[in-house]
Amino acid sequence: MTLVNLWFVLIGVLFTGYLVLEGFDFGVGMLIHPAGRTLEERRQVLRTIGPVWDGNEVWLLTAGGSIFAAFPEWYATLFSGYYLALFAILMCLIVRVMAIEYRNKHDGEAWRRRWDIGIAVTSALPAFLWGVAFANIVGGSPLNDKGVYVGGFWDLIHPYAVLGGLVTLLLFALHGAHYLALRATGPVRERANRIAARLWLPTLVVVAAFAVWTLAEAQTLRVVAVVGAAVAALALISVFPMQRAGREGWAFGLTSLTIGGAMIMLWATLFPNAMVSSNGAATNLTLVDAASTHTTLVVMTVVAAIMTPIVLLYQAWTYWVFRARVTAAPDEEPKLAVSWLSRTPKGER
Amino acid sequence: MTLDLARWQFGITTVYHFILVPITIGLAGFVALMQTRWVKTGDPEYLRMTRFWGKILLINFALGVATGIVQEFQFGMAWSEYSRFVGDIFGAPLAMEALIAFFIESTFLGLWIFGWDRMPARLHLATIWLVFIGTMISAYFILAANAWMQYPVGAKFNEATGRAELDSFFDVITSKTALYAFGHTITAAIATAGALIVGISAWKRFRTPDRDTTFFTRSLKWGLRGTLVAALATTIVGHFFAQWMTKVQPMKMAAAEALYETTDGAGLSLFAWGGLESTPNDLKINIEIPRLLSFMATDSFSGEVRGINDLQAEYEKRYGPGNYVPVLAVTYWSFRTMMTMAFYLIVMSLVGLFMLRRGRAPGKIFTAAAVFGIFAPLIANSAGWLFTEMGRQPWVVQGLLKTADGVSPLGAGTIWTSITGFTLLYAALAVAELFLILKAVRHGPDPAPEPIGTTPHGEHLLPTLGY
Repeated sequence: MTLVNLWFVLIGVLFTGYLVLEGFDFGVGMLIHPAGRTLEERRQVLRTIGPVWDGNEVWLLTAGGSIFAAFPEWYATLFSGYYLALFAILMCLIVRVMAIEYRNKHDGEAWRRRWDIGIAVTSALPAFLWGVAFANIVGGSPLNDKGVYVGGFWDLIHPYAVLGGLVTLLLFALHGAHYLALRATGPVRERANRIAARLWLPTLVVVAAFAVWTLAEAQTLRVVAVVGAAVAALALISVFPMQRAGREGWAFGLTSLTIGGAMIMLWATLFPNAMVSSNGAATNLTLVDAASTHTTLVVMTVVAAIMTPIVLLYQAWTYWVFRARVTAAPDEEPKLAVSWLSRTPKGER
Repeated sequence: MTLDLARWQFGITTVYHFILVPITIGLAGFVALMQTRWVKTGDPEYLRMTRFWGKILLINFALGVATGIVQEFQFGMAWSEYSRFVGDIFGAPLAMEALIAFFIESTFLGLWIFGWDRMPARLHLATIWLVFIGTMISAYFILAANAWMQYPVGAKFNEATGRAELDSFFDVITSKTALYAFGHTITAAIATAGALIVGISAWKRFRTPDRDTTFFTRSLKWGLRGTLVAALATTIVGHFFAQWMTKVQPMKMAAAEALYETTDGAGLSLFAWGGLESTPNDLKINIEIPRLLSFMATDSFSGEVRGINDLQAEYEKRYGPGNYVPVLAVTYWSFRTMMTMAFYLIVMSLVGLFMLRRGRAPGKIFTAAAVFGIFAPLIANSAGWLFTEMGRQPWVVQGLLKTADGVSPLGAGTIWTSITGFTLLYAALAVAELFLILKAVRHGPDPAPEPIGTTPHGEHLLPTLGY
């Protein structure tokens, strides 16, 4: 595999990591009202993602930075072309960070209610827009022969893109419901399970429709894309019996796999392009044309090879530290998660 | 129009972001030190300090993270031609910043906030140190990226593709500009956080002298010492940084000093006025200390310092006709503002330490001075960046790419939309941040928390700072 292709795969992996991780953050945010009826319950909902959402979001920054480093032309065309869509996403992400972090730093009721609405809106909108963006990258948007986007904001909104938006919106809601069911206790957990059961069928319908449309319109139909679609479909179908059996961990794992399968399908369909042009294959932005020099890719590969396993290790460790279910009252939660470096206090030795 | 708007947008979002960043970096360092003292001594006063200043750190950190997201993407959004030109070199440090630093900061900050009751004290202490280290690594990579725009080493220009290409990544991240900028910025960040601690502590000592007296006296001492050492270090590193820039970006330094003619034994200008044009032809008023600039720039009172007119002629020969002089009023005054604020901090912390040594509490005048001292480093940091970025104009990458050639082919309406959106949102969020910080300050530090559990070794576990 050439370095160019390797980086295409790596960026796909980074985006998959982002969508799997912040996917459930978005889902939890969208469901803050249906899952948490009172301000206290909503606090419990937020505590399930409290220690981890920021680390999840860094997957996006890393994916963005990696596109810049490995495929500058892709970075330039994508983000200047989809300017207003990305602007909307950024505004939402900013408000969302502030809402999650500031909501509980002041205990006014109106203060909290307002931030809660903010969380719901700014979780749903980017969830939808990411689907729109990926559908446009793969399905094609107007590029000229220099690989520069020549459309406007509304050129990004067409039936296939809207369907893509619905896929991420519903899939993340379902994924978030599974996460909440897995991580919370009491009424929040029960409600999350009920919501998940109700979301399953509509999610399956839009994901299936999107997969069929993507594969039918693909410029080249690749085996890997079909396999990705099949994995996504099978995983999503298997969610149903797992939900029924109350296997919350499995259900969550399966929606993660669905997101992974869908990304494989999209990435395999996109290859060997970075962005597909709706003005004919000659104007596609190819990976080779978009890529950095060999020297840069080598440097990036070395750093990624060393750092990625370390990041995965300590991020996984964080999830392990916070593995206990989140209860309504913080002080009832089981405490000590790890006792490394513990020692007898000075006075008592 | 698009170009001006894009520049304003970059300026607004970046200066705003960089009001928050130094506070975060410096405060993380202070909190890590305070918590270390607590773990070492077991003195509950240090625990209270850790948690009180930690809360302020968290309020500030959130806004820094939120506004930082924009930074990762706005090069591609509004500066696509720049991104195409520099991506081969500039993208790598940005990606590494995310992969190496942002993951550490965000993950371990989550562990620090929510981990008080899940891990023993020493392990928990390690998490805040990792946050601090993460913020410094982050600063290093982004400064290295910026340093390359000032002093593009380790790269060559490819005529065929019209782009800059990486030659040696090692040269890029170890360029002298990057190293000086790092030293200058990190020490400034520590001074910034120190001054924040000083301002708040002095205010609390003055307004409520009977409440938390030990707490705020000790915090004041920590803040004053930190500010003094860090502000001195910033100034010293800044001096050598300026000497280096005189070599590699002579136009920027000539513009900083409003020095028109190449001069042996140049004087240091204290106040200059040349009319209201952006690049006046000469100065109408110039008060200067004889020979000092030459000494500062070259270590010799009779050394030669190159002037704007000479450099302009040289650049025209090298790069073709054009105006290569930055907006003098901005470079000259931002440079002086930055230094004035630095000296202000040094004097303020000396006076404060002297006052504490005499066993005196802050009075009205010192308190007012210390509260202004919160803003002094913020002004200095912004002025410093204005200087370094405006002083490089008309270049976006010194000598390689002009700012005008870096902007995205977008309509002005598009950027109007985003600049309005970002500005209004940032203003609203500033209000929210100030509200929360003032509330936390008014509330004051909580009593040392009761333990809510123990480790198998009998070590106490404390309630979290989360929600």
